Amino acid sequence: MLASISRRAILAIYAVIIIVPLTVVAFGSFKTTQELFAGPFSLPHSIAPDNFAEVVGGQNLGSSFMNSVIVTAVSVPLTLFLASLAGYAVSRLKGFMSWAIFGFLVLGMAIPAQANMVPLYVLFGRLGLLDNLGGLILANVVSTLPIAVFILGGFMRTLPKELYEASSIDGSGPWKTYASIALPLSAPSIAAAAIFLFVIHWNELLYPLLFIQTPGNRTLPLALLSFQGEFQTNYPLLFAGVILASLPVVVAYVFLQRYFVAGITAGASKG
Amino acid sequence: MSIHPGTAAKGKAPESPTPANTAKVRRRSPTRVNPALYLFPLPAVAVVAFFLVMPTLQAFQYAITDWNGFSAAFNYVGLDNFIRAFTKDSLFTNALTNNLKFVLLVVIAQTIFSLILALLLTKNSRGSILLRALFFFPTILSSVSVAFIWKFIYDPNFGLANTVLKTVGVDGGSYLGNDAQALYWVAVTQVWFHSGQMMVVYIAGLQAIPRELYEAAEMDGANKWQQFKSITWPFVAPATSIVVAYTTVQSFKAFDLILGIAGNPPKSSLDILSTRIYSTFANSEFGYAAAQSIIFMAMIALVTWLQRRLLRLTPKGE
Repeated sequence: MLASISRRAILAIYAVIIIVPLTVVAFGSFKTTQELFAGPFSLPHSIAPDNFAEVVGGQNLGSSFMNSVIVTAVSVPLTLFLASLAGYAVSRLKGFMSWAIFGFLVLGMAIPAQANMVPLYVLFGRLGLLDNLGGLILANVVSTLPIAVFILGGFMRTLPKELYEASSIDGSGPWKTYASIALPLSAPSIAAAAIFLFVIHWNELLYPLLFIQTPGNRTLPLALLSFQGEFQTNYPLLFAGVILASLPVVVAYVFLQRYFVAGITAGASKG
Repeated sequence: MSIHPGTAAKGKAPESPTPANTAKVRRRSPTRVNPALYLFPLPAVAVVAFFLVMPTLQAFQYAITDWNGFSAAFNYVGLDNFIRAFTKDSLFTNALTNNLKFVLLVVIAQTIFSLILALLLTKNSRGSILLRALFFFPTILSSVSVAFIWKFIYDPNFGLANTVLKTVGVDGGSYLGNDAQALYWVAVTQVWFHSGQMMVVYIAGLQAIPRELYEAAEMDGANKWQQFKSITWPFVAPATSIVVAYTTVQSFKAFDLILGIAGNPPKSSLDILSTRIYSTFANSEFGYAAAQSIIFMAMIALVTWLQRRLLRLTPKGE
């Protein structure tokens, strides 16, 4: 009895510690500074989206939002494509080569982004990839390919070999077998990896901070970070920015929660 | 709607070669490998080799120079950069100390807390599933967003924490403004941010424990604590080693959260290795920044190795 009461108490308290700040942010994004400070927990007086208009128009968060959409929309499928090609080959090749390729690609998971950022910056400078979205896309692909190969390759290896053999007896080449057998059968792990990559790429801060100089090329996390200096205590504006930056991920979470947990947890087993 | 690490996580178990398989390889099976298959991993291998492996190796080369990033001339300075980091640069040793303290705090707090949450939510009841989804939620937010939310919680004048304390008649603190405590408060934020994620790893481990073990223990008269000590803890050892290793790397790299909560560059009481490397780089000391990043990599490897030795988390029940 006592155990059950304390169980409920702990869970309830932690639920409050999560729900209350998020509610304060959601309400606060519609308030004025005075209103927020006077009563952080109260409902906003009006739901006129003044703060959103200010951050989207006045602070150019609108263009940062578009930049984030472009970068994520290209880098997630591109990473999945390269990783699934590699994962497919690893699942069909045999013996040493299969392990060598898989090992080489997956080893990159052990390299933290800060470890090679200086040479990468120099390299990107030489290739003209600084201060543009193409460079951000490439950096995203590179930094997450190892983990994507780990998730997809790991899954594809468990697919029954007989399916591949049957397909090649039918006269299908490796490309056809990849597209019509390996990819469809790997759908669950591709979905999990896609979600994982979506969250990582959408929230990526280090590479934009390293590479981007022109404000018009900023992605959302970088634009948001620049608010931190400019609007020290204008919390309603910061909150409107937080809502905008989080909205796509939150909407996806509501509908695809299962894949989120699978994907992000598969990513967690790295290290 | 069930929450457990699904198919993707399971797929990674290394496949043990069956005797039939190995025999096939040895005698050059009739279903020979199509050479076109070697083209498939080529793009990924090229990208990783050129943009991940090569820059990492170059970091070692940069680290023994005094290159400033733009001039053509530079000198090889041997291990000077490393000596400077450990003996002459109080900014660096400060960041190193902060980082180790932060990692230690977060690893201990997050491992214990996420295990407690998982133990409370192991059963797949409707309420548990709902709460798991809620506790997991902060993980999907961006670090900068989480930083802004907690900046407001910790605001000494108008913040949530002090507002709540005032209603119960307690004087609030200044949290991030107090240099002696700032790092602890950011550790609290980090635990709030990622405990839900680690909880899910633990739940998967807990659900794999056979119920009969607890029933047998109960019949033998073992109390709850004894059951935890001799059944639960050994059985979740593989999960614990994942949680500890992942939390370690994650809190070494708390770059985004620190910049979001403390600004760029952060004040010295909140400076950690990744933010220090970035500041050195921004100061266009490329050679020195590369040396710092190698120390950073070595620290992650060292701490991970130490944990394995100290915790002796040998997987059981696998």
